[in-house]
Parts: sequence; structure tokens; C-alpha cells
Amino acid sequence: MGFKRYLATRAATMFGVLMITLLLTVLLVGSNMDVILKQGVMFQVRAEIIENPSIAESFTNPEEFEAFIQQKIDERIKTLGLDSPWYSPQRVGLTMYKILILDFGNATFLTSDSGSSNVGDILMEKIPRTILLFTTATIIISIIGIFLGAASSNKIGSVTDRITSTFAIVSSSFPVWWIGMLMIFLFAFVYQIFPARATPNIDSSEPGYILALLYHMALPLITIAMIGFGSWAYLVRNFMVGVLQEDYITAKKIMGISKKKIIYKHALKNAAPPIVTILALSLSGSLGGAIITEAVFDWPGMGRLYFDAIGVMDLPIIIGSTYILTVLFLISIFVADLLYGYFDPRVRRGS
Amino acid sequence: MNTSADIKNEFLRSKIGIAGIFILLILFAVSIFAIISIPSETFQNWNNPEKWVSYPKTSVPSWVNLFMLEKIPEHKILVPENITNQNDEIFLTSNQFRFNYEFGDFPSDFMYNFNLEYTGSPLLEIIVIKPDGTILELIHTSIPHSTELTNYEQRIFSADDLLRKNILMQSNLYQFEINGLNSTDMIFSNQATREILNGEYVFVVNVFNKEFQTEFIDSRLIIGGKAFGAMGTDELRRDLAIGLLWGTPLALFIGISVSIGSVIVGLIYGVYSGYKGKKTDEAMMRFNDVIYALPALPFLIILAVTISNSIFLMIGFLMIFSWVGIAKVSRSMSLQIKTRQYVEAAKLMGQKDSKIIFRHIIPQMLPYVFASIAISVPAAITTEAGLSFLGLGDPSFPTWGQILHDANTYGAAAQGFWWWIVPPGLLIAITGLAFVFIGNALDTIVNPKLKR
Repeated sequence: MGFKRYLATRAATMFGVLMITLLLTVLLVGSNMDVILKQGVMFQVRAEIIENPSIAESFTNPEEFEAFIQQKIDERIKTLGLDSPWYSPQRVGLTMYKILILDFGNATFLTSDSGSSNVGDILMEKIPRTILLFTTATIIISIIGIFLGAASSNKIGSVTDRITSTFAIVSSSFPVWWIGMLMIFLFAFVYQIFPARATPNIDSSEPGYILALLYHMALPLITIAMIGFGSWAYLVRNFMVGVLQEDYITAKKIMGISKKKIIYKHALKNAAPPIVTILALSLSGSLGGAIITEAVFDWPGMGRLYFDAIGVMDLPIIIGSTYILTVLFLISIFVADLLYGYFDPRVRRGS
Repeated sequence: MNTSADIKNEFLRSKIGIAGIFILLILFAVSIFAIISIPSETFQNWNNPEKWVSYPKTSVPSWVNLFMLEKIPEHKILVPENITNQNDEIFLTSNQFRFNYEFGDFPSDFMYNFNLEYTGSPLLEIIVIKPDGTILELIHTSIPHSTELTNYEQRIFSADDLLRKNILMQSNLYQFEINGLNSTDMIFSNQATREILNGEYVFVVNVFNKEFQTEFIDSRLIIGGKAFGAMGTDELRRDLAIGLLWGTPLALFIGISVSIGSVIVGLIYGVYSGYKGKKTDEAMMRFNDVIYALPALPFLIILAVTISNSIFLMIGFLMIFSWVGIAKVSRSMSLQIKTRQYVEAAKLMGQKDSKIIFRHIIPQMLPYVFASIAISVPAAITTEAGLSFLGLGDPSFPTWGQILHDANTYGAAAQGFWWWIVPPGLLIAITGLAFVFIGNALDTIVNPKLKR
């Protein structure tokens, strides 16, 4: 199988995966969405009738009037296609089609900072902020982790190795958001160095906004990096240790190539496939998987948006952000696959 | 290479493993202690404010006083020391509350809770005998008249206006103007200097009744303080020690069931898929991709909101999302292992697939399996804690995460309630650590490569 064909099949399956994910999301929130849509129609129809007092005056009997309203509502529901049950193929299909062409509609409750309630606008406003904080953190974490891991694999059992391993073990069992709470407690209230809320309190159009944002970003960034790099270093170390046992490394040693060169040039390259896979996945994870951390630090990104949307059951936003998160995630899996195929030709030959 | 006896022997020599086992044993002991000693009824009333009225609000743990020069007043829930019944012309039922007050500050308030069973129209009187012998009359009140045997329940608060007026009428006992003070301060102050008067106080509650006997069904005096119990209390007056203790068995249950379940499923799934290759691999990995591509936390949140937040369903949901990662890595490992010569040799010899997988491939991955189980337990515990932290936990089983959720909701960090934030998170971390220690020790034993 050629590399191009490998890519094509991967892309096709990714699209299938996306569709299934979308279907699942729609099915999970569908019944709630149906109720909300129908209520919306009811309010709309009643509001229109109330606006026009002559209609109400033409009825003498309140029951007849009520029946008239009900009839209007039913008509409207029928024209909008809401009369078939929410799980009917046409309606699910229509919903999915709309999402696919990125038409998420309008949010029920939440708005963007600029006041728009278009889900697309809201998402476009939040995604860059999440990327700014979490992707930066992931990059810092992975760089520290890879070098620390390689350094510890150089001398297993040395002081560096022990400290790294111990730190990795200890830090991996602490929930980031709890450390976040402690950091806020310590560095925002006991010692008032950083702000407690990560949302800058000046408007995004003002010139000092970027600085304010960076200042507000410091505490969450430190927290995430502090908790994250240990487990990275530990993973890299263990991959490297595996590679360093291989015969060709021993051969290189016998040839008299320096250990440093072996580690950074030969071993690291051979430990690369799993490392790259994990890197790609954690980068994509960084785009939206920080709901709790964002909630703790009050960081105005995707995670907070998602949490707020769940709180008020703002379904267009829930569906929209789930879709975007999935797309980003799939892209990164795809990239990880590419890199994996590049590093290890056995994979793409598929035999 | 390893018989189980070898592993056991070597494990016993590993310090970190012993430490892990030790912590885990303590956690199991705590779980058993919690289940036996704290009635689950108390625990199920965790979210019922009615249960906690007699507890203080956001109090520090009482052991904090060990480190304080100026002792923080401790919250006391007192039960009557003796009950005497005199029978002259009228019946007198008397309850006495005797306690030593040795703190650097006035109590925040006090409250008397009682439930009487009586006939007729009894009178209730509360007096206090101060350490210096002074007697203050606090309140005289009549209990509603009843011609038949009834129960009457009431709470008398220190903020009661009548009570304050009564003490003000005895202002001649004081050598300073007491008009601006609240009744708690008046009762507990030195009449000469206005400072706190330490020593033994006796609160006496007398109930007088003509012709009929009166009985106390319940009688409790609560002296409000700012220190309580081993772990303090939260904003909703709940005793944190109870929540923290009961959280232990819950966390262990969640962590262990999720990790073992998902690692076994993921390992077998991944290895089989990688070993089989071709169409089987493709199909299995596509299914894996579907689950993998579901953003786990958002989906867990949607599931908790739309389906149920029952703890047992939650465990199932967590498993759905945690086996895929393991399957993915197992697959790539088995892809590498199956290209090794001995596996190919075994295949040429015509060995059965299941035999090759379980004899030749999975044993190579055991270190990874052990590490995965170890890593999965803390992950499961933290994910559940995270969901609870977001307010999506099972309210009938309050976990450590839910305690932290409440702490965050009531701004514990901003108000400096460290005893509300630190212990739950620390317990989550310690529980995680125990498993990681054990896994790490096992890892170094079964995977000698890591030792060098």
C-alpha cells in the first residue's frame, strides 16, 4: 500500500469517525433540544399574537382564542418540520447537515464578549484563548519533559533520575485543578502576587489588554507546567530505557560513539514514535480538555464556555463545541498517524 | 523469568513498594473504620442542612489550638450533666451544663435546644453560674398551655432580645457600661474589666410545673466557637471529618474498579487488533478511534447531565473512556513485538493465535500492564473528583471532589478556609500515590530493563 493511499484511507475513516461522534452527540442531547425548540416556537407564536391586539379582539370566547393559538403553534411546528419525533432520520440528518457546514445557529443563553449570540462567533472568540494558555503550557511541558527524560535515561539510578522519577510519580497523582485552588489560595490571597481570576478585567479592545492577559495567564500556566512535566519526563525516560537495551545501541557503544551522542541522536529517534504520538495527542487535548482547570482559574476559554453551557443547557453551544473539539482532536490524531508512519515504515506498510 | 514467589520476594525488598502497600493498608483501615463507626445515615444526610444546625460554621480543626498562643474558642455541644426532680408543691425538673471555658476569645454565640413532654403550663428558666460565683438570670419564659400530654420543641438563641434585656436589668453586677455588648459577651466577660473570664461555667435550666411532672426529651446547650472536631466544619456547618472519612472507601472503590476493568479490556483488545493486523486491525482500530475521538470529559459531562449521575453508572462511563488509550498503546507495542523473530517463528510453527498472544506477546508487555493499572487508578479517582468538582457528582455518595466543589462554590480560597481545601485534595493525591508506588515497584521488578 502506498503512502498516499494510506493517507486517503486514514482521512476517510476520520470522516466516518467524525460523523459517528456527531450522531452520538445529537442523539444524547436530542430530546432536550426538541423540548427547547418547541418551547421557542410557542413563545414566538404567542408573542406575535399579543403584538397584534386586533386578533384577540375578534374572539369573544377565551377557549376559542386559546384553540386558535394552539392551531397556529401546530402549524408553525409543522412548517418547521418539528412535528416528527426528534429521533426521526430527517430531523437528525438535518441537524447533522447544518453542523457539518458549520451552521451552529444561535446560542440560547450565552453570548460572546462583543454581544453576539452566534455560536460560531462565540467559539471563534474562545478558541484562541484556550490555545494561548494550554498549548503554550503543553509545549513547555513537553520540551522540559523530553530533555529531562533523556537526561535521566542517560544515567539510570543517578540523582537526576531519582529526583525526576520521584517528582513524576508524586505530581501525577495531584489533580491539576486542586493545585490550582492551592496556588490561588497561596499566590492570590495569602501573598497577593497574581490575580485570583484569570479573566482580565479590561476590555479586549484596549491597548494594555495583551499585557493584562499575560499577567493573568501566569498563575494557571505555572500550575499546569509544574504538574505536567514530571510525567512527561518519566514516560520519555521509560521509552528511552527500552530503546537503549537494543542490540544496535550496544553495537554503537562498542564502536566507541559517545553516550551523549547515542542518546540524543540514535536512541531518541527510535523512541520517537510513541513520544510523537503522545505529543500530538496532548497538543490536541490541550485545545479543549481543560474544563475543570479553566473553571478554577476562571479562564475565558473553551473549557469555561463548555461548562457554562452545560450549566444552563445551552444546547447549540454544547453541540458546536463538542463538534469543534472532535474535529481538532481528529486532525491531531491524523497528524500523529502521519508522523508515526514517517518514523516507522512498518506501520504504513500495514503488514 | 519470574515466578510469583520471586516477584513477592523482590517486592518486599523494594522500599517504595512497601511504602505504597503501607499507605494502601492505612486507607483500607480508614475505610473499614468509616463504614463501621460512622452510621451511613449520617453520611446520607450530608446534603441535609437540618442535620447540621448544631454545628458551627466554617470552624478550624480543634487541633489548631495546639499551635496557638491565644486559644481559639472551641465549639461545644453539651449534654446535661445531671437531671434532678424535686417534688414539693410544684415539680421542678433541672438540667445542668457544666464546662470549662479556657480560650482567648468570647464564644461567637450560644444556643439552647430543648424538647419537653408535659401537661399543664410549665415555666422555663435559665440561669448561669459564672466562675467567680456570680449568678446571672438569663431568661424566664412560659411554655404554651396544654391540657393533655404534648411535646414542645424550641431553640433559644443568644441573639434573643428578651434574653438580652434580662441581662441588661442586672447591669448593677457590672462595673462598666454593658449596653453596647451582645448577650454572649456580657455572660462571658469579667464584670470588673470587660475581658474574657475563663473558668468553670454552669448553665442551669429549670422547668417548674404545678401538679404535673415535666420531662426533657432532648436538651442540648451549644456554645458557639470557631474550632471544631478533627477536621473543622464547612460553610454549611458540616463536620468535614465525616465527609473525608467516608470519601476513602468511595475513592478506592471507584479507582480500583475502573482501572482494573479498563486495563484488562484495553490490553486484550489492543494486542489482538495489532497481532491480527489487516482488516481485523483496521475495523477494531476504527471502532477504537470512534471512542477515542469522543472528547472524554465533555461527553462524561453530557452523560452525567442527560442520563444519570449515579456513581455506578459513572464508573461504567469512566471505563468506556479509559480503555481506549491503553488499547492504542498496546496495539503499537504488539505491532513492534510481532515483528520480532521469535513471534514469527512461533507463527511458522503453527501455534494458535490465542497462544501466541497470551504466551509471547502479552508477557512482553506486563511491565506496561502493571504501570497502566497503577497509573489508571489515580486517573480514575481524579476524573471522578473532577466531575464532582464541577457539581456533577452523585449527591447520595458525597466524595472528596464534592467537598472541593462546595469549597470552591463558597469561595474557600478567598476566605482562607485552608482546612476545607487542603485535606480532600491531599487525600486524593495520597490515594493516587499509594497505587503509583505499588505500580512503580512492580514495574522495576518485572521489567529489569528499567533497573540498569
